[in-house]
Parts: sequence; structure tokens; C-alpha cells
Amino acid sequence: MEQNNYKGWLYLLPAIAFLGVFMVYPLVDVFVYSFEEGYNSASQTFFGTGLYNYAYVLHDPYFLQAVKNTLILVAITVPVSTGLALLISVGLSSIQKLKDLFQTVYFLPYVTNTLAVGLVFMILFKKTPYTDGLVNLIIGLFGGNSIDFIDGPYWAKMFVLCFYTVWVVMPFKILILTSALASVNQDYYNAARVDGTSKLRIFGRITLPMISPMIFYLVITGFIGAFKAYSDAVAIFGTNLNAAEMNTIVGYVYDMLYGDSGGYPSYASAAAIILFAIVLTITCINLMISKRSVHY
Amino acid sequence: MKVVLQNVTKKFPSRSKKAPEDVIAVNDFTFEIPDGKLIGLLGPSGCGKSTTLNLISGLQKPTGGRIFFGEDDVTDLPPENRGVGLVFQNYALYPHLTVRKNIMFPLQNFKGEAKLTREVMEEKVLEAARLVQIDGLLERKPSELSGGQQQRVAIARALVKMPSVLLLDEPLSNLDARLRLQTREELRRIQQETKITTIFVTHDQEEAMSISDMIIVMSAGVVQQIGPPQQVYDDPVNLFVAKFLGTPPINVFEGEVREGILYIGQEAVLQVTGAADQPVTVGVRPEGFVLQEDGPLSCNLSRVEVMGRDISVVSTHPLCQNTAIRSIISAENQHSVGGQTVRFALKPAKVFLFRKDTGERIRFEVD
Repeated sequence: MEQNNYKGWLYLLPAIAFLGVFMVYPLVDVFVYSFEEGYNSASQTFFGTGLYNYAYVLHDPYFLQAVKNTLILVAITVPVSTGLALLISVGLSSIQKLKDLFQTVYFLPYVTNTLAVGLVFMILFKKTPYTDGLVNLIIGLFGGNSIDFIDGPYWAKMFVLCFYTVWVVMPFKILILTSALASVNQDYYNAARVDGTSKLRIFGRITLPMISPMIFYLVITGFIGAFKAYSDAVAIFGTNLNAAEMNTIVGYVYDMLYGDSGGYPSYASAAAIILFAIVLTITCINLMISKRSVHY
Repeated sequence: MKVVLQNVTKKFPSRSKKAPEDVIAVNDFTFEIPDGKLIGLLGPSGCGKSTTLNLISGLQKPTGGRIFFGEDDVTDLPPENRGVGLVFQNYALYPHLTVRKNIMFPLQNFKGEAKLTREVMEEKVLEAARLVQIDGLLERKPSELSGGQQQRVAIARALVKMPSVLLLDEPLSNLDARLRLQTREELRRIQQETKITTIFVTHDQEEAMSISDMIIVMSAGVVQQIGPPQQVYDDPVNLFVAKFLGTPPINVFEGEVREGILYIGQEAVLQVTGAADQPVTVGVRPEGFVLQEDGPLSCNLSRVEVMGRDISVVSTHPLCQNTAIRSIISAENQHSVGGQTVRFALKPAKVFLFRKDTGERIRFEVD
């Protein structure tokens, strides 16, 4: 066993080499850049080392705006999308008729092209010279004033972004949760029914603990996914996110690298490391909570 | 509490388009289970045993007939209002709860006036755990228990709310042979201590015979025979019951009755006064053979198996449906076995005649 160890490493070599070159090395590089002031990727030069990049990024109002946006997005979309997905999955598993139809409908956003989705959201929310958008028409029916969701007040734009994100991430969660629900042995429910357990108690004491590993998986990946949000904001508000006050941390990193005001890999690296630190912290907290409430 | 089934029928709609007729899992069941008895519901797999149990528990609704607990018609009651305890084949213990919480689970469902205080619940849990001798394992999770211990927890959970009827679905099938023997004794003891009417489903006839007050033999959705185990064994109503009960199984021959004499081939083996002349199927219990040098039934001797107290003579006969005839003879007679053929006389009480077409029993006078 012991002398054959090198064989195991040999089998792992392709994956290790690949990951090392394309994942580990860039990660280390980013970490190094984040401490090098004014790094220039073309000339490979920099002025000095220190925490200046972090100081700059943490004082940049655009970055603070991006952090605020991202945190709001995460705080709203992760619980809402997971909760809604759970409700819909439970509903789906308890109906007989039209189950397949509804399952298909709920899964459609997952396979729909982002541009097509963007178009749908334009029709729903965008104000043009010809129409105020479908949502404003409905608001008008109830006597409300029309709101500009794309170029209007901050909360309206944030609402659209959250709505969009929830809508996009939900199909996958529903898919995972319906299969998790289906895999719970029917005997547990029968046992509980014979003992006269109420529906609510069955859900809370049996169903939820049984599917808790899957819920936990969705929460963790949901947090990470939401922290990395960028393309959703671009799909709705266009590429000039700073002007729209809708930038996210990943958007900020992108802007610092390639945007109109870009060309600052040091600042981008510092921002990326800060994002990494935030995600790491949140994931660790999640893991600690899961030890108490997730039953494998 | 006594349990009465009246003409209970359960049909499942067919899912296949090729065979559109309904599947009849339980066909016109009528029987009464007396209060406080242990009943074995016995039959081969797919005969509707578990469906019958589910009908009694209320998890499934019968398509016809009525079910009574005592004098109350419970046919339309949902399971939670029937007060039954159910032990599942795979135990269905909640894996995320400790043994204590598993057993307590049914008690926490009581509502309104029936609601119990924490102390009473703890006490009842401890009582149930002591009854099945797992009071030392209360803080463990089901995954940390052996199969036998899980089984006990499942029984404790079913018993803790003092059900009017206790139902067990193949309770011993997941245990190894040794544990199965031990647990079935345990089951018997628990039932006798609690005096709860208990119905358990099994395909193992030995299990059912050994601990039941009464057995119900089922086949293809139809009750074949109901009675105390020994009576059903000694006096089967048809070929199915005779074949299903007993280890080693009954030996089945082709035979014919002519003028009150039973012939197997050309050999007149037994006087069967009262049976009409006809070709018959003959069943002979393994203990129904007597070694006799001039016995009327001659078989080709294959081998002799010594089992200590008894010996088992294995032989063949051209008209026997079993691949080998097994006869159990007390060990003192061993010396007389040898050579190519072995000759037997038959004990009349251990010989059953059945009609060739329906398998129904043909009775004859035994003196």
C-alpha cells in the first residue's frame, strides 16, 4: 500500500497540473498584486508594496456602493428564493394533476437565453416613449403612479434586480428540492400519520430535517452565487453600472480591469481579495450553523 | 379490542393498458380477531398481507366492506383517529431524532385535553423503553443502533401511546436468524404483558406458527384458513395450506382412491373409508412415515441425514411431486435403514387427500 503511493499521485497529476496552472497560480498572483502599488501588467512594473490598494478601494465611494448593493442583493434574494422554491416544491409534490406541466413551467427560466429574459424584463419594467411597461400599467389600474424601474429611484431599481435574480436562480432550487422531497421514504410520513401528526408538524419535524442537507447546499451555493452577481445587473441596467448606482463587487472588479475607467489591476485584485474574504466568512458562519441544524 | 373485517375488498386500478382489469389485492375478507390475541397473517409474497394491514391501519381505504374496532365502524376514519400502532418493515425510525425523541413523537401529537405534560411524557417513554429493554439507549440516534435494537425502538414507539391495536409489517424480516428467534419470543412476551390485540404480517410460516394464538393463511387476496396454528397444521382445508405450512414441507404424491383404498401407483398404501373413488393428490407430512420392512409404500433411498434426536430419510418416488421425499423418523430406528429401497407405512392422521382439480380437501375416516 505504502510503496504504491506515487501511483496515486501520478493519477492525480493531470488534474493537479491543470488546477495549479489555471486556478492556484492566478489566485496567488491576485493576492500578490493586491499588495503591489500601481502594478502595470504590460510593463510588469510597480512602485512599491503595502496596503495602499486596500485603503484606496475601501475609500472609493463606487466600491462602497457596490458592497452595499451586493449585501442587499444577497440578504434579500437568498432567503426569498430558497423559501419560495421550498414552498413551490412542496406544492408540486403534493399535487397529482398537471404536475408535469407545472414542473416544466417552473424550470423554463433555467433553459431560457439571458437576452430573451432581458427582453421580457424590458417589456415588464422599461419606460419608453410609447409605453410605461406592463408592471406600470397594472399599477395604474389600481390607481398608483407610474414608477421608472430602470432609471428611477434606487429602491425601484433594487427591486427589479432582486426580482430578476430570484426568478433566475429559482428553477434550479426547485429542481433540487422536488427531487429531495421525492426521495424521502413514504414510510416516515405513514408512520407520522398513524400517530396523528398534524401536517404542519410533519413538515417541520420530518420533511425539513430530512431534506436539510439539500437546503443547506442551496443556501451555501446561493450565498456564493449572489455575492458573485454581475451579469444580472448588466442584463437590466447596461454596462455603465456605476452611473446607475447598481454596481456589484464583481462589477467593480471588472470595471477596474477593463471598464472605461479601468486599467488598475492592483485595485481590482484588492477588491477581489476583499470579496473572497467576505464569502469565506459567510460560508464559515453557514457551516457552523449547519452543524446544529442539518441532519445527514 | 377486537377487530372485525366484513367483506373487505381492495382493488387497485390497473396501470397497464395491455391488462386493463383491476388488480384485486384483497378479495372479500371476513374474519373476526378476538380481543387481546396475537394473530399471524401468513402468506407468500404478493398475496395481499400488507394491504390487509394497511386497510386495518387506515393508510389505505377499502373499495368495499366494513372494518370494525370493537363495536365502532372505523372504515371511514383516517389513520390518526383509529388509535393503531404500526411497526414498519424497515422500522421508519426518524433518523435525525434520538431514541427518546422517536418514542416521544406520538405523544407530542396529543391535542386539547389529551395533551400531556413533559414529565408524564418522559415517564411513558421510559416505561415503553423498559418494556422492550432499550432504556439504556435513549440518547442514541437510530443509526447508532443494531437492527434488533432499532426493531425494539420501533415497537416502543408504536406502543407508547397505548394503541387499541398493534400492527406489525414483517417485523422480523430484517433481522438475522438468531436475532429473529430471540425477537419473536420477545414479541410474544411484550404482547402478553400489554394484552394489546396484535396482528403481524409474515411470509415465514415457522415464525407465525411459533408465537401466534391464531393464524390467518392467505393466498392471492383470499383467506384460505383461520385457526390456531396447530389446528391449521393438523387439519388443512386445501392443498395450498398443507403445502405452505410445515418444515420440511409436506410430501405430495399423485394417487387414486378405489373402493375406499388409497393407491399410489400400484401399491395400496392406506385404507381411506368414506372417500369417493377418484384420482387424488396425496399429502403426507414428513412425520407421517413409519419405517416398516413390509410397509406398503416403497421408495428409492437416496441418503439418511442424522440430526441427533431425529433422522431424516431422503428418498425418491416416481409419483412424488417433490424432488425428494423427506421423512422424519425418531433416531432409534436408524439401524433398519439401508439398501436400495426403503419401505414405509403411513400414519392415517398425517395423510391428507385433495381433489385434483380444486385442491380442496377430501376427508376420510381415521380410526
